[in-house]
Amino acid sequence: MRHMIAALCAATASGLALAALAEPDDQSLAVDGVELVTEIKASDEHPLDMLYSGWRFRTDETQALQTDDFDNPAFIFVEQAVDAWDTVEGEAGKSCAECHGAVEESMKGVRAGMPKWDAEAGEVWSVENFVNRCRTERMQAEPWKWDKADMNAMAALIGLQSRGMPVDVDVSGPAEPWFKRGEEMYYTRYGQLELSCASCHEENYGNMIRADHLSQGHINGFPTYRLKNTKLNSVHGRFKGCIRDTRAHTFKPGSEEFRALELYVAWRGEGLAVETPSVRQ
Amino acid sequence: MKQTVLGLVISAVIAGTAIAGPVSPQSVVYADGAVAASLSGATGDPSSGREIIITKGQGNCIACHASEALADAAWHGEVGPVLDGVGDRWSEAELRGIIANAKMMFEGTVMPSFYKTDGFIRPGDGYTGEPATQIDPILSAQQIEDVVAYLMTLKE
Ligand code: HEC
Ligand code: HEC
Repeated sequence: MRHMIAALCAATASGLALAALAEPDDQSLAVDGVELVTEIKASDEHPLDMLYSGWRFRTDETQALQTDDFDNPAFIFVEQAVDAWDTVEGEAGKSCAECHGAVEESMKGVRAGMPKWDAEAGEVWSVENFVNRCRTERMQAEPWKWDKADMNAMAALIGLQSRGMPVDVDVSGPAEPWFKRGEEMYYTRYGQLELSCASCHEENYGNMIRADHLSQGHINGFPTYRLKNTKLNSVHGRFKGCIRDTRAHTFKPGSEEFRALELYVAWRGEGLAVETPSVRQ
Repeated sequence: MKQTVLGLVISAVIAGTAIAGPVSPQSVVYADGAVAASLSGATGDPSSGREIIITKGQGNCIACHASEALADAAWHGEVGPVLDGVGDRWSEAELRGIIANAKMMFEGTVMPSFYKTDGFIRPGDGYTGEPATQIDPILSAQQIEDVVAYLMTLKE
């Protein structure tokens, strides 16, 4: 009998703990005093009712690092990109600044609408593709590698210029088949563990999976600084890791597949504020 | 005569299992999601089963399940139900089926199949992200039996 009561109490206690964790927390995010939308009602076509930024699922300590740019370790890399913006590189003898002027002006709003259809390429392109087009065609410099330090820093600097703006991507017209392909990937149960993005981020957000509190898997904060590897991590780098963790043969950063998936996942986060550069565990 | 035939059949079956060893993942027979006989032909060892359940590179069951009985192991997930009392809720055959291929019992479940080697989309070489060259079940027949033996001890 004693045993039974103890078991019941334990069950209730863990039941409470689960209930508390099953939701995103109720904090609101202000960066240097400016409020960012981390919660918004989803559109009617969306499979979820409410959308929450990944920030809402992190611990207080991790959350705090994102509320002040001086504390946010991602800014070390953003500063490097500020230098790179003004640096002449390549045969054409040009820097980003020579064509684009001030990054604050020319790159404002760019990230909020990424990825997007590029008519010249005839493909959906991520911000990395556009950076590399400038590097190879206009600067005649070497392209940067996807998911590597130079590229992620520049993507963070560009993304920062949209901070606070709502994610808003164009999934119509020629982008539509890419969107559909991304949607199909989102629900495909990859690997020997047979888990899809939806298995974790749609069916189980709010639940713990081992030591991780599962979020809805949005990309509004990318590139994100991770305390785990102490560097910036790209959208495609995260996708690669999540698919690898299902014991699957993953896809490559920059691949058509990941650009299609990026378009679909960006759409799932429409209305949330761009938080780049965010901080995660 | 009838008796001899029966006797022959029985000894053939016994000899058959003895020679065949563990049931291969492809030839497991599920009845309503349950698997009647031991996959390895031997009984399970509950203490080894407990270890498999809490070890990341093996069952890693606690990534998704919590249990008071396993409270000493760090990090319990909440994706699946709490395991305390499963030995009352399910029979040994049902638990064997759930671990071997949970999709036979719970349609569309997120719980992975631990004794299955085909039908995967882009299976990888472990957690390297590279393509698989050969696919072994996540747990061996005997490991499944060990896990089942431990779960049978989880009674309220
Ligand atoms: C086995 C479970 C699992 C699967 C399957 C999975 N993820 Fe994740 N994902 C995680 C965990 C754990 C984290 C870290 C905690 C969090 O932010 O949710 C994460 C984080 C993310 C993040 C970062 C969110 C943020 O705010 O920083 C994105 C984006 C993401 N996942 C996208 C995906 C996509 C797209 C897929 C499918 C291709 C996928 N995930 C499949 C477990 C999974
Ligand atoms: C990725 C998540 C995941 C992993 C890993 C996992 N399970 Fe499950 N398990 C579930 C879910 C979800 C259910 C509930 C079935 C359903 O989908 O309705 C479940 C159900 C069960 C049940 C039935 C419980 C009940 O009370 O009805 C048992 C027993 C079980 N799991 C044992 C295990 C064992 C043992 C392992 C490891 C060898 C394991 N699980 C690994 C997710 C998981």
